[in-house]
Amino acid sequence: MRITRIAETKETILAVDADLSLMRPLLEKYGKKPGSLIPLLQGTQELYGFLPPDALKAISQATGIAPADIYGVATFYAQFRLSPVGKNIIKVCHGTACHVQNANAITDALKDYLGVNDGETTTDGEFTLESVACLGCCSLAPVMMIGENTYGKLNGKSALKILKEIKSQLLTDKPKAEK
Amino acid sequence: MKKTKVIVGLGSCGIAAGASKTYNVLEAILAKGEMDFELARTSCIGMCYKEPLVEIQDEKGKIIYGDMTAETVEGILKSHLIDGKIDLNKAVFAEEQKTPEDSFFEGQVKIALRNCGYMDPESLDEALQHDAYKAIKQIIQSNRSQEDIIQTMIDSGLRGRGGGGFPTGLKWKFAYQNESKQKYIICNADEGDPGAFMDRSLLEGDPHAVLEGMMVGGYTIGASQGVIYCRAEYPLAIKRLNIAINQAKAKGLLGEKLFESDFSFDIIVKEGAGAFVCGEETALIASIEGKRGMPRKRPPFPAVSGLWAKPTNINNVETWANVPWIINHGAEAYAAYGTAKSKGTKVFALTGKIKHGGLVEVPMGVTINDIIYKLGGGIQGDKKFKAVQLGGPSGGCIPAELGDTIVDYDSVNATGAIMGSGGMVVMDESTCMIDLAKFFLNFTQEESCGKCTFCRVGTKRMLEMLERITDGKGEDGDIEKLENLAHQIKNNSLCGLGQTAPNPVLTTLKYFRHEYEAHIYDKKCPAKVCKPLLTYTIDPEKCTGCTVCAVKCPTNAIDGSRKQIHFINQETCIHCGECYNVCKFEAVMVD
Repeated sequence: MRITRIAETKETILAVDADLSLMRPLLEKYGKKPGSLIPLLQGTQELYGFLPPDALKAISQATGIAPADIYGVATFYAQFRLSPVGKNIIKVCHGTACHVQNANAITDALKDYLGVNDGETTTDGEFTLESVACLGCCSLAPVMMIGENTYGKLNGKSALKILKEIKSQLLTDKPKAEK
Repeated sequence: MKKTKVIVGLGSCGIAAGASKTYNVLEAILAKGEMDFELARTSCIGMCYKEPLVEIQDEKGKIIYGDMTAETVEGILKSHLIDGKIDLNKAVFAEEQKTPEDSFFEGQVKIALRNCGYMDPESLDEALQHDAYKAIKQIIQSNRSQEDIIQTMIDSGLRGRGGGGFPTGLKWKFAYQNESKQKYIICNADEGDPGAFMDRSLLEGDPHAVLEGMMVGGYTIGASQGVIYCRAEYPLAIKRLNIAINQAKAKGLLGEKLFESDFSFDIIVKEGAGAFVCGEETALIASIEGKRGMPRKRPPFPAVSGLWAKPTNINNVETWANVPWIINHGAEAYAAYGTAKSKGTKVFALTGKIKHGGLVEVPMGVTINDIIYKLGGGIQGDKKFKAVQLGGPSGGCIPAELGDTIVDYDSVNATGAIMGSGGMVVMDESTCMIDLAKFFLNFTQEESCGKCTFCRVGTKRMLEMLERITDGKGEDGDIEKLENLAHQIKNNSLCGLGQTAPNPVLTTLKYFRHEYEAHIYDKKCPAKVCKPLLTYTIDPEKCTGCTVCAVKCPTNAIDGSRKQIHFINQETCIHCGECYNVCKFEAVMVD
């Protein structure tokens, strides 16, 4: 049971900015189809990166499903987030194979470096650190995923090195993007 | 002369090992025009430890090279194609020639994985060359009776490969016997066991085999709609399934009135949203219906009242993939493999401290030692084999002494473990069994849906006890409390998750009780894993006084100036192990 993921008030204020018109095609596609709540929530999360409360209300209006039921489903599944996440999600695998190959050392090193706990986002909003059950690359254990890329056969040091490289890459890319 | 073909293995693990970069390098080589070949892709052949893999087919036959990273691929390709040399030391497979890796394939029998790694999974033409849709076509065109197909499945001895081991033919019979206009076929692809990736590889490597298996099932029980419930963590598998479905529909192999008969069948893919309990069939059905994935009481079984309260037949990915092979080759051919009560083959994901990690398919009845030493090449760093964990969080540990246990449902169950879906995590002497049990319990505790008190609260209490033990706060009587609670959870939980959650604790208690006792009474961790129980000291003979450990120590627990022997103050030491990690002279000792 994942009751720990209830959004805090501070974060709900952010959600007011969510542009709900983006959801229109999604609601048209799934709105009246039975059994479509999970695809609806998945689609919504894809749009906003998380599930803004207003979006959940919009889903309730379009489908007629009670907000409580929607909230129940959204909090049941690990995939759904009720608060915004960082631009880059770091998923450290803690499956069995990674565990016996010391995945804890990776999480510890990253926690230390980023100054966040498991499941938290850095204050600059760049990185979210997450532990996941299994990424399915067990023979490359221990592994982590940053964005779409998977990195294998890691230890604390090499994981940190990769993260630092990505961070410096982001810093050099930034000024370009602003121009 | 046939054009040389260069094929890159692009399964998820290959991509993680850098196969996409290798593919890009090959594309660039092709664009330069120095060498001429046809570039193609395939999926995982199971040899994950040698990824990325590149196969070359030319007049010299078929040769697969391992460790073909973006850096090494060009050199090997040049020497192979231009100089005509085959470097057998880098090859993992060569037709009619020996390579150092042949032991990985010897003893394997590929039925479910028959096409994985041997064809382009995104090409219907290649799949058709490999007999895709032959079984369903033959069944429909010969107007074979449903009872006859059920009998074939019963005779084949195929049992559910998701872990339950229920005879597939019987399951189909129940769903067939329940009259209803609408019935459903479901493929359970919610492979949630940490340490298992058989289904993912199968879906990525041969999606058409799974689709065809479902069609045969649909024809037999009288269903026209199939649903594949696949976990969202497998984006490549979902992508390839959708490609396969669209290709089959475009060719008239899936859809209305198939092969000019009255049989229609459609398949959709539903993405899971990350809940381990959804591997349980009633929870899975609830999830497809868009609800919280919580299991319900059985009966009624899904064969009577399943998806949308209609008769439903659920099988796992590997089971479905076996079906077309059995129809094409006959029940006898399948039953020729295996033991008296467990027929055919089983796919295992071999991981952990093993030299040759990967995916293997073996006939039922081989021993665990055969898999670990012959196929798996033994333990990494030639350390001592301690135990193997079968069946993920629901399974248990089988110790090295029982390595001669044969792999079939009944023999594995007799050890206290379960066959499960096929995750096989190998452990050496550096794994602490209590830490492992704690790991699994932490997983099941978090994944418990919360419906039953014993599962929800009981697993939490067990986890707390294990945490106390690994923190050095274990007390006399803890072992008995753990055992007592474990049996209560097993007996009083509604679904498979709770009924099996205590298995890792019970099996480690059965075979490694002395480790629990060492933690509780001696306050020692024999495998040197549980940090609060470790004592770090400095060997005065080896210490050079380099001060690195003293600088790194977060609590300033290390005394000593330059070129003086250092000393760890046990009262301020927090057992973080940093000094052990940084010492270049192996002067820090752990006990």
